[in-house]
Amino acid sequence: MSWFKRVKEGITTATKEKKSTPDGLWHKCGRCKKAILTKDMQANMWVCTNCGLHEKIGSKEYFDILFDEQQFTELFDNIYPADPLEFTDTKSYKDRITDTISKSGLKDAARTATGNVNNIHVVICCMDFGFIGGSMGSVVGEKIARSIDYAREKRIPFLMISKSGGARMMEAAYSLMQMAKTSAKLALLDMEGIPYLSILTDPTTGGVTASFAMLGDFNIAEPEALIGFAGPRVIRETIGKDLPKGFQSSEFLLEHGFVDFIVPRTEMKKKLSLLLGMLADKKIEREGEKLNLQ
Amino acid sequence: MSTYFDFEKPIAELEEQLKDMQKVQDKGKIDMTDKIQEVESRILQTKKEIYSRLNGWQRVQISRHPERPYTLDYIENICDGFIELHGDRNVKDDSAMVGGFGQIGGQTVMIIGQQKGRNTKQRQQRNFGMANPEGYRKALRLMKLAEKFNKPVITFIDTPGASPGLEAEERGQGEAIAKNLMEMAVLKVPVICIVIGEGASGGALGIGVGDKVIMLENTWYSVISPESCSSILWRSWEHKEKAAEALKLTANDMLKNGLIDGIINEPLGGAHTNAAAMYQTMKEEILKMLGELLKKNAAHLVESRIAKFSAMGVVEEESQSA
Repeated sequence: MSWFKRVKEGITTATKEKKSTPDGLWHKCGRCKKAILTKDMQANMWVCTNCGLHEKIGSKEYFDILFDEQQFTELFDNIYPADPLEFTDTKSYKDRITDTISKSGLKDAARTATGNVNNIHVVICCMDFGFIGGSMGSVVGEKIARSIDYAREKRIPFLMISKSGGARMMEAAYSLMQMAKTSAKLALLDMEGIPYLSILTDPTTGGVTASFAMLGDFNIAEPEALIGFAGPRVIRETIGKDLPKGFQSSEFLLEHGFVDFIVPRTEMKKKLSLLLGMLADKKIEREGEKLNLQ
Repeated sequence: MSTYFDFEKPIAELEEQLKDMQKVQDKGKIDMTDKIQEVESRILQTKKEIYSRLNGWQRVQISRHPERPYTLDYIENICDGFIELHGDRNVKDDSAMVGGFGQIGGQTVMIIGQQKGRNTKQRQQRNFGMANPEGYRKALRLMKLAEKFNKPVITFIDTPGASPGLEAEERGQGEAIAKNLMEMAVLKVPVICIVIGEGASGGALGIGVGDKVIMLENTWYSVISPESCSSILWRSWEHKEKAAEALKLTANDMLKNGLIDGIINEPLGGAHTNAAAMYQTMKEEILKMLGELLKKNAAHLVESRIAKFSAMGVVEEESQSA
């Protein structure tokens, strides 16, 4: 037995080493530490059957959960990250991209697919935290922009599943401008009366929160997700105090009026399709829909 | 007493020499005219040399110079009249973000910008130019007001970032900025955004979606400050100079990368060394841009604004062979 016990967990654990979905027969819950059969976790959509923790999952899992019979068509999967600034920190961005692509099997931190959710035709763009912390660079912005254009062209609802640490620093101002780009496209979607459901999952922070994630006609959160603009560490350093319990959680945002409702992942498909069904209800043509007041 | 940066040391030394010579001259015993002229021309030469090859970090330092003109200084010196408007109509008035109607060369415009303070008390009151959600909401309210009365919008960007704090999060800092981005994209009046100092991240972009996005020569605009970038990517604050280079945050880089529409030159030595000249240039440039934008109809403005931002970003695209 050692004399010293580690008080804080995970300080030295690089984010990239954390796996979104663990393999192996048993899965140990990140919070209650209970060992659960992996297949049970999978059947329960990676929500701990003991404590209800929503494990981080990726686009593959979300598409499987939401699309009918797990059938969908992936769109815009021919886009890869570039390195316009030839950025190098402790490692070159080029190498970082190559390594992450080979390690994660993903092309960037977002994928788009179209298909049916309980027979309602939609387009879904979903972020992958496993790709450089789900950070938003040019590819993420471009995929979201194209997904919105697709929704406008087909006149089908647009669903965005956010899971991101924020902007991708290695693309600097290009990354920043993706906030303006995606928000401008959403303005067009909004004007055309097409529903936009923004689904916030753990974590949704930084430039993602300050653009498309907060602009849903409906902002919908998974339970206990971290959702905020400034990261908790930055705020703690700024105010020089510990943060209150539950600060920047889904429940905190619900209380302060920034999300419409919280839905457990296991109920998500049902609730989303119920909402989409209501919006798609047969429209009664009504006189005076456009106000022409004298 | 002026403040000199490290890289201005040769200038400071020459100016010190000049001062000594002038003292001697004033005593009237020795005629120093020739020497003084020589030093003066050397000062000019050195300034030109130093300022023609400033690196990213040096620009960042100038952008933060404590004597640099701030938003209200520009307003006071380029407007014939100005009426400040306060409050977001929900929570409070955020004095880190100021705005109101003003007149420039006979044209009424809505001017909005982040405001920094000059002394400790003011800095605290202005929260170092870091706006809270109510600041962004006030900005949006004023932009909508401008749209209603068909007046162009001019924003002055000068912020180290949107305020990070408990209350900012409680009141939806992310939502407030996001809403501005969406609404500014479709604002029916001309929008001119000018970075006059620091352009840090979403806090800057929150009033930065315009038909013309312009940077003053010695400003910076990026997704993060070089210090924070250094602390995240290099895990130490020591690499801020390297980070400033890597981020390509200068006006020249931003223009080259197609992320801004133009650069306004500053007087030699930076805006603070000759504020009067800076105001004059600013006024002329604004009037030039207004003249151009006011000719365009609303649909054309909005369409080209959205097209411009939609084209931003660099990706590799494989040809689809399926």
